[in-house]
Parts: sequence; structure tokens; C-alpha cells
Amino acid sequence: MDALIRFVDVSFSYSSDAEHELEALADINLDIDDGEFVAVLGHNGSGKSTLAKHMNALLVPTSGKVYVAGIDTQNAERLWEIRQMVGMVFQNPDNQLVATTVEEDVAFGPENLGVPTPEIHRRVDEALAVVGMSDYRLHSPHQLSGGQKQRVAIAGMIAMRPRCVVLDEPTAMLDPVGRREVMQTVIKLNREEKITIVLITHAMEEAILADRVIVMEEGRIVMTGTPREVFSKVETLAKLRLDVPEITSLANRLRQRGFDQIPNNILTIEEMVNVLCQFG
Amino acid sequence: MAMMKNITIGQYVPGESIVHQLDPRTKILATFLFIALLFLVETFTGYALGALMLFVIVLLSRIPVKFVLRGIRPLMFIIVLTLCLHFFMTEGRVILQIWFLKLTYEGLIRGLMMVSRLILLIIGSSLLTLTTSPILLTDGIESLLKPFRAVGVPAHELAMMMTIALRFIPTLVEETEKIMKAQMARGADFESGNIFHRAKSLIPILIPLFVSAFRRADELAVAMEARGYRGGEGRTRFRVLKFTRRDAAALILVAGLVILVGFCF
Ligand SMILES: Nc1ncnc2c1ncn2[C@@H]1O[C@H](COP(=O)(O)OP(=O)(O)OP(=O)(O)O)[C@@H](O)[C@H]1O
Ligand SMILES: [Mg+2]
Repeated sequence: MDALIRFVDVSFSYSSDAEHELEALADINLDIDDGEFVAVLGHNGSGKSTLAKHMNALLVPTSGKVYVAGIDTQNAERLWEIRQMVGMVFQNPDNQLVATTVEEDVAFGPENLGVPTPEIHRRVDEALAVVGMSDYRLHSPHQLSGGQKQRVAIAGMIAMRPRCVVLDEPTAMLDPVGRREVMQTVIKLNREEKITIVLITHAMEEAILADRVIVMEEGRIVMTGTPREVFSKVETLAKLRLDVPEITSLANRLRQRGFDQIPNNILTIEEMVNVLCQFG
Repeated sequence: MAMMKNITIGQYVPGESIVHQLDPRTKILATFLFIALLFLVETFTGYALGALMLFVIVLLSRIPVKFVLRGIRPLMFIIVLTLCLHFFMTEGRVILQIWFLKLTYEGLIRGLMMVSRLILLIIGSSLLTLTTSPILLTDGIESLLKPFRAVGVPAHELAMMMTIALRFIPTLVEETEKIMKAQMARGADFESGNIFHRAKSLIPILIPLFVSAFRRADELAVAMEARGYRGGEGRTRFRVLKFTRRDAAALILVAGLVILVGFCF
């Protein structure tokens, strides 16, 4: 089967004279499959957001092609189909909610798609239930916490019945409680609703939940693999000015001190506990 | 900053009364009819009948009278000014002279008329916003303006702008308070000095506020586009307004009363 989102030799620069400008994306080749959960890591300015905006045609490549379910994103006639299939959640929870009540905000996407009114109501109910915000339907956005706002934004995507949701640092402005709420919702979307997830994040603890991790640097994809593969390459990551999860870094420091029995690919506290218990 | 908290947009008082339940379009049109009445009427009897109409509506809406009257307070200055100007500036039979100010009979009558008109106007229109939520009001305005789209009235765009304004005013108020506190922590003083001094002290608040508002607008535009927004074309609505028989009856009743009172008094 073809990939849901396919990048073929994609390059992109924000200014038109490409020679003077550093390319924000360079020679990207990437396939994201239906149902996958992909995390994108990278230092500030490495091109993560630019990559994300190519996935629902908010930006189109300067050269190369992006296909969403086989549709070229440069095909202006099918733009709305693409926007419906790939939803996008942004970093600032305040600046993506449009309406004055939660239920109406969730309805905004389906309204734009021209969904008939009774069906919009059904979808709003359903989407709010998925993110656990049904009790807040008549609240206005400014009465909600950051995590709740992000969940409403996610519900707004679900109501459009997308195949993929791209989240651009959705937890960056949230407190720990909000982060947990949002990550639980994201995992639920992926596991239960079978929605493809692309999660851009700075938090390594979030990236380890993905099926695949992509690391970007200066507009290029420099590493890709399972979280375990990627995070075992501590030195490479350090060169890219990226951390590994705290527990992985602890394991590495222990190894350096001579505890050779500790593997270099520990990702979670439970794994660490198991290894340490075997020491007896 | 206590002042900003008091600005409740639309001052809507939620309720279940028959007035609340009417279609927003009915209420908007009825308000316009009532305003028309105020400009048709030329006698005190007419104004008294207008006031009686309002009073009946207030009773039906079950909104406390003091809420309704509260709308007059911010405009008290204008009311008093209007009264004084008419009292003392109208030519005619002088009935009272205080120093150089001459109160004329004609001025007295005209002043009282104008002020009655003004007060009824304020109460009439605040009844609309008291009984209709801003969201429904926006929907109503959009729906009423729709026929004028052919002559270039951007009905949907206006409604969208109102919605976004309503959505972001609380956010911006919060942000202003945050910036003020931050500047106060650095020793800024917004309370003392003359008016120019105070105006100047607002600059360090307004600049970050504007910068952030523009950033918000930018991000919101991208988010709206990502959610498939492309203007009013082909858009369906979550909430559909229903003009019922009750609305028709209410509108006919108001229109009838306006014609009767407007042309007889
Ligand atoms: N609107 C724009 N106009 C011009 N250049 C831009 C624009 N947006 C981003 N860039 C540049 O493109 C490059 C990639 O930016 P991008 O926002 O994709 O990075 P990012 O990985 O998302 O960074 P961050 O972690 O800070 O969100 C950067 O060098 C940035 O300066
Ligand atoms: Mg970014």
C-alpha cells in the first residue's frame, strides 16, 4: 500500500531567491504510513514546523513533491480534501480557537467543510467525548486550562474526520498536568481511533511513545528509527544539540562508570528498575 | 484594572423567558422598529406609551429592572449635557433666569423630549443585548445582512470579525493585566501624574500588547486555514436560526403598536 504522506525530494526556502537563503527544507524523502505514530525531533530552527506545514498544504515545496493519500499538495483543486485529511494542532493553545464556546469551536472545521447541520452535531458530540471535554461544551475558551484548550483543538480536528493529525509542539506551553492530558489524548487517537500521528516535540519523554523517531538538522532528516535505536546514539544526538530521555542519560553515565551490564538503550524508568533488580 | 473587569461584552443576562427564546432576528428587527417609533413620536403621551411597551417587555423578560436601568449610568453625562444645552440654548419665552442663563419654556419642553427619547433609546437597545447572547446576536446580524451581499455587504466576514473579537477580548484583557503587572514590578507607575504623564506611561503596555495581538492574528489565520476555512462560501452552520410562528406574532405585534403609537401621537 502507498504511504499516507509521501515526501519526494522536497526542498523549500521561505524567500524566492533560493541561492542566498538557507533552505528551510533540503532533499526530504519521507514516507508516513497509515496508522503510524511518528515523532519529529530537532533543534530550534531545524525545519520541523516547515516540514509539518507541508503535510496539509499550508506550504508547498519549492522543488519536489508532497503527496497526501496520493494527492499532490500543489493541486489547488483538491486542497480542501487534503486539509480535511490532515489536521493540524499548533503550539499556542490560545491562537487556534476561533469561536466563543467550546462546542462551536469544534464545529468550525465541519462547518467549513459544508457538513450538514445534524451531522455536525453528531460529530461535535463524538469528538468532545473522545477528548473527554463533553462537560465543557458551553464554556468559553478563556475559562479553560492550557491542556483543556489543546484537547478542544484536537477535538476540532477529530470532528473533521482526518486520517492524520499533525501536532506542532502541542505541549510546549503547558504545565505537567496539561502535558499528560494532551499526550494521553494523542495516544488514544492513535491506538483507538487509528489516526496517524505526527508529533513534533522537544520532550524526549514524549518521543519515546512513538513508533518511529525522525531527527532533523538544518532542514535535513539526519536520523530515523525506532526510539530505542535513535536514543542509543547518545554522541550523535549530543552533536545535534539534543538530549536523550533523562533515564537513558542516567543509564549511560552508569555505563561510563563501569556498570557494563546496563544496556545503552533504556527508555523508561520501568526498564531501568528491571535491569537494576537483576544486579541482586 | 478593576475597570476592565467591569466591561462585560454585551452584558447578556442568561434566562429562559419568552423574550430570551425569541429568534435574535426578531429582536433585532423589533429594536429597529422601536427606534423608528422614537423618531416618529412628538408628544409626551407617545413617549409614555413607548416606555410602557418597554416596561411590559422587561416584565416578560424577567430581567431585574435595576439591570435594565444600569445601562443609563455610563451615558449620564451625555444625558445631562443634552438637557442643559436644550434648556438654556433654545430661544423662546424665558421662564427662569439664573445669572446669564435663560431657561425658556420651549427649551424645557425640547430638553425633556430629547432626554426621554435618549433614555428610551438606550433602554430599548440594551434590552436586546441583555436578552440575546453575543453569539446569537452575531448569527442574527449575519442572517439579516445576507440579502445585502449582492450589493457588496460582507455579511459573513462581519460576523466572523465579531466572533473573533468576542473570542479574543477576554484573552487580550488578561494579557494587558499581565503586562501591566510586569511593568509595575519594574517600577512603572500608572496612577499618578497628570493626564499626559499617565498617557505616556501606557506606551510600554500598548507596544507589547500590539506586537502580541499581531502575532496572534497571524497564528490564528494559519490555524483557520488549516481547519479548512475559506470564507462564507459553501459553509454550513452548527446552529440554525428558526423563525417560528411566535416570532412572527411578536414582530407583527410590535410593528402594529409602532404604527399605532407612531402616527397617532
Ligand atoms: N515565515 C518565515 N519566513 C522566513 N523564514 C522562516 C519562516 N519561518 C521559519 N523560517 C526559517 O526557516 C527555518 C526553519 O524554521 P522552522 O520554524 O521550520 O523550525 P523549527 O524546527 O520548527 O523550529 P522551532 O523548534 O523553533 O519551532 C529557520 O531557519 C527559520 O528561521
Ligand atoms: Mg516550530
